[in-house]
Amino acid sequence: MEAHFSPSVLIANIVLMAMLGVITIAIIRLRSLFAIVMLGGVYSLVSAAWFQAMDAVDVSFTEAAVGAGISTTLFLAAMLLTVRTAKPSKPIKKRWAPLAVVLATGAALVYASVDLPVFGSAEAPANAHVGKAYIEATPSDVGTPNIVTAVLASYRGFDTFGETVVVFAAGVAVILLIGFGERARAASDWRGKDEEQDENFSDDSHLILRVVSKFLIPLIAIFAFYVHFHGEYSPGGGFQAGVIFAVAVMLYALIFGLKAAMTAFPPVWARAGAAIGVAIYGMTGIICMINGGDFLDYDYIFGPPVEGAHHGHHNWPQITGIIGVEVGVVVAVACVMITAFYAFAGRVPEIRDEDW
Amino acid sequence: MNMFADLHLAPEALAVHAPVLLVLAPFMMSTASVFAPNGRFAWGMALLTSAFTVWMSLVLASDVAREGVISYHMGGWAPPLGIEFRADGLNVLIVILISFMALMSALFAQPAVAREIRTEKQPLFYTAFQICLAGLMGMALTGDAFNLFVFLEISSIATYVLVGLGATRDRRALTAAFNYLIMGTIGASFFVIGVGFLYAATGTLNMADIAERLNGLDDSRVVQAGFGFIVVGLGLKAAMFPLHQWLPNAYAYAPSFVTVFLSATATKAAFYALARFIFTVYDPNWDFVVAAMNYVLAPAACLAILFCSFQAIFQLDVRRVLAYSSVAQVGYMLLGLSVGTVAGLSAGMFHLANHALMKGALFMAVGAVALHSNVWRVCDFKGAAKTAPLTIAGFTVAAFSLMGTPLTVGFLSKLRLYDAVVINGWWWAAVVIATSSILAFFYVGRLLQAAYLMKPDEGAPEIKEAPMVILFALWVLAGLNIYFFFDSSLPLGLAEAGAEAVLGASAGGVQ
Amino acid sequence: MQFVLDHYNYWIIILLMMGGLYILFESQNLIKRLVGLSIFQTSVIVLYVTLGKVAGGTAPIFVGGGHHGDEHGDETTHGDHATAHGPEAAVASHGEVHENGYHIEPSEGHADASHIGDALGEEAVLADVVEPAVELTHHGDETVQDVAHSAKELSHDTASHGADAAHGAVEVIYSNPLPHVLMLTAIVVGVATLSVGLALVVRIREAYGTIEMDDVNAADIAAGEMEGEKA
Repeated sequence: MEAHFSPSVLIANIVLMAMLGVITIAIIRLRSLFAIVMLGGVYSLVSAAWFQAMDAVDVSFTEAAVGAGISTTLFLAAMLLTVRTAKPSKPIKKRWAPLAVVLATGAALVYASVDLPVFGSAEAPANAHVGKAYIEATPSDVGTPNIVTAVLASYRGFDTFGETVVVFAAGVAVILLIGFGERARAASDWRGKDEEQDENFSDDSHLILRVVSKFLIPLIAIFAFYVHFHGEYSPGGGFQAGVIFAVAVMLYALIFGLKAAMTAFPPVWARAGAAIGVAIYGMTGIICMINGGDFLDYDYIFGPPVEGAHHGHHNWPQITGIIGVEVGVVVAVACVMITAFYAFAGRVPEIRDEDW
Repeated sequence: MNMFADLHLAPEALAVHAPVLLVLAPFMMSTASVFAPNGRFAWGMALLTSAFTVWMSLVLASDVAREGVISYHMGGWAPPLGIEFRADGLNVLIVILISFMALMSALFAQPAVAREIRTEKQPLFYTAFQICLAGLMGMALTGDAFNLFVFLEISSIATYVLVGLGATRDRRALTAAFNYLIMGTIGASFFVIGVGFLYAATGTLNMADIAERLNGLDDSRVVQAGFGFIVVGLGLKAAMFPLHQWLPNAYAYAPSFVTVFLSATATKAAFYALARFIFTVYDPNWDFVVAAMNYVLAPAACLAILFCSFQAIFQLDVRRVLAYSSVAQVGYMLLGLSVGTVAGLSAGMFHLANHALMKGALFMAVGAVALHSNVWRVCDFKGAAKTAPLTIAGFTVAAFSLMGTPLTVGFLSKLRLYDAVVINGWWWAAVVIATSSILAFFYVGRLLQAAYLMKPDEGAPEIKEAPMVILFALWVLAGLNIYFFFDSSLPLGLAEAGAEAVLGASAGGVQ
Repeated sequence: MQFVLDHYNYWIIILLMMGGLYILFESQNLIKRLVGLSIFQTSVIVLYVTLGKVAGGTAPIFVGGGHHGDEHGDETTHGDHATAHGPEAAVASHGEVHENGYHIEPSEGHADASHIGDALGEEAVLADVVEPAVELTHHGDETVQDVAHSAKELSHDTASHGADAAHGAVEVIYSNPLPHVLMLTAIVVGVATLSVGLALVVRIREAYGTIEMDDVNAADIAAGEMEGEKA
């Protein structure tokens, strides 16, 4: 079957794809790590825009928040702790091995692409079997308007549990590897530097930042809650909300100093919160088990479902379960992102303004 | 399998949840051990978790023995809409093996971790260990292709950091962990591409459902390329030659507890996943699968056996000797798998279990020797048999098993593998097996020669006997290496049941 | 030619993947390698999302209050949702509308949509901010009823226009939600791996004083040789 796209989608598709290609080539050729990292962020942002055109609004939201936001921040933080430029690459003659691997992979992919379904086809197997079943079954099974949320938190809720654990594992890994800013706090001149910084903040250049951010940070935090609790109706959910909440704390740290942020949101909270978030997710599932269902079977969350009961407009057991696990996700993700930020930022005794 | 059929180890209410509890218990305990007051307490929690998983894996084994296939629906959603945990003959062996080796490594951990990991990091270290355990369990149990990726990543991320923590002793642990991370992530991404191709061809992610819908699609290039990506992706994780480059350094410079645990479990879980895809998702009778097994996997296996056994001879560091030997042993398993018959696959799975027992014991003994003296080179082992007789005796038993000498279980699995390839007419593979046994004699012999026949150098640190708890774990493993020679019904029964479970219909295998 | 049109997206994605892989393998700098890794991973995400795209489909969020095909239709309690989504659904009809190749001219649909938009005034604008979904395709009757239904809640006049605009349609087409869910997982896994990788890079820099892989290897080889000499 031929697939018909509206011109706007086609143009967006081609333009954005071309931009991705140009960015990739630029990164290959560049040596300045700062430029490479920023272009990496741009790549994420452009792909987020492209996901929008492909109807993947949730993916787009997450990619923008995680790929363009958090990843870039982490890259920059790591770059500050290491070096700014990469060494020149080897002459082309010595690069045949990576080229060969890449070409072999590309050849395998092209080989497969010939038999891949027509782009945009509704009858492709991928869109005809399980994917279609989710769209058809969600209203009666789960009842959330956002199908992605229904699949994410209920049908494939176990995947999401695993995903939360991945995030938790990353938090644990970062703490184990680079600590928790102990080095920064232990540095003897920490206090002095901080006061110095405080003086800097009375500069006019920072005044606007400080005033604006004082308004902005609460708004960002509120937006995080909106994204979280409206996730059933619109794009968004636990992961995005967690990241946004973490960004509020990061912004605070960038403008008022790491120490002030660590006072406002102590690292111990972040570390405990990561574990508690996973535990909340797990306990939601375990409650269902205790009530006689399978793990994460939200129909059992208030006890065994009554046979033939006609739930009203809202399927409360499912919605309660989804909110329960999403709370776990938001707590875990926010705390791990803050942990990672503290860990990287705390590794440098002092971050000068020009470094950011 | 019959021995499990009459076992009722847990109340019914608990037994029905056994599949998910195997993953859930380590997950929940890992979050709890973040709050553990000190390393010893966290170790207790980890030990408890491992013991619990052993119990649950036996419960699961008895359920499978009675009912054949156990399917647990996550969230109560029946597959293919929901995610399914599926236990059958093939993965019961892996689940028991992982949980048992986790328990044995946990015993080993207490003195080893107390010495090698900084005090304030110990609770989180055990958190990472339990996450890794849960990830491997999930890989072994899940019946959903994408869920397998999630568990692969869970175990991998935990593994990277566990390996990286060896840096307190040797900075090379950091580069080893980084290379492992890069290779592992490429592997996982390749696997995801492969699953994506399968999804594009079938529209589902449940493995059983994919298998059903793949019927008659063997001409599709998408399906064929998907096979390639999945094999490469999982092959990277399973240290399949020549994708094994990350392994020697990762094993050599990780904390010794991590090496013991990973060498016995991580590559095994990935190898199982590989077998699961080749034999149950794809059809081992399809032309391109047969071709891949005959012309890619089998030669790769033989090269691994020869090349890495050869490399093992020239290593200075004992752990690197054993690590290269591990890659060679993965070659044996892969050779069994690529024969494609019940005999071949069961020999491969049998060797997988044996290899976990012997390599676990070997790394334990090496770790125990280094515990006090912090020496790792072959020449540092001179005279160790005199000062640490029990440790070195345990090492010796496992080493003989590795060479495949009679009276140890390594002999049985090599023999079965030999039979399987000869029946298949692969005389060249039989030659490879024989040759590699000679090579194994050299690289293991070097260690034994140093330990038994040479006198320690002047001023070299004296090697002390291992602590009781390590000796206990070491001798349990060494004892099993001997015991299973006389009564191999447990591992062999499970391996054969597994091979029959997946190859039952197509037992004819490769022509 | 049709074949190229059907598959060009895959080929671009393959090139992007190869670009990411090349950066990853070619660069000796560890941070650049990780950038390559994330580009490779992002390209895999792009591949999946491509697989789930249905031409003329919309984001997998139920429009018109979200319960189309649902057995319970108590519109009174749900009125506010219908209000929020109604205009958008109507606006949506300016996209290409087709059934079995039958196209309604976009211009026609557009005119109607703007008409409705005018009638609804600011509310429509607000609703659009919340819902980024832009265009829908309608097949057959059901959805038209949906659209019409929700629109009716707002204004009887505009409802008939909305129905006109999308006449002959049955069902809103949604893009496949499953790849989106999978890729949400993949994105999060990617950032988790990245943070571990960067933490390792920081430690490598502290231990070796460089983050160029060949320098690190050279240092290791030198150390290994010293060890060998000692032995």
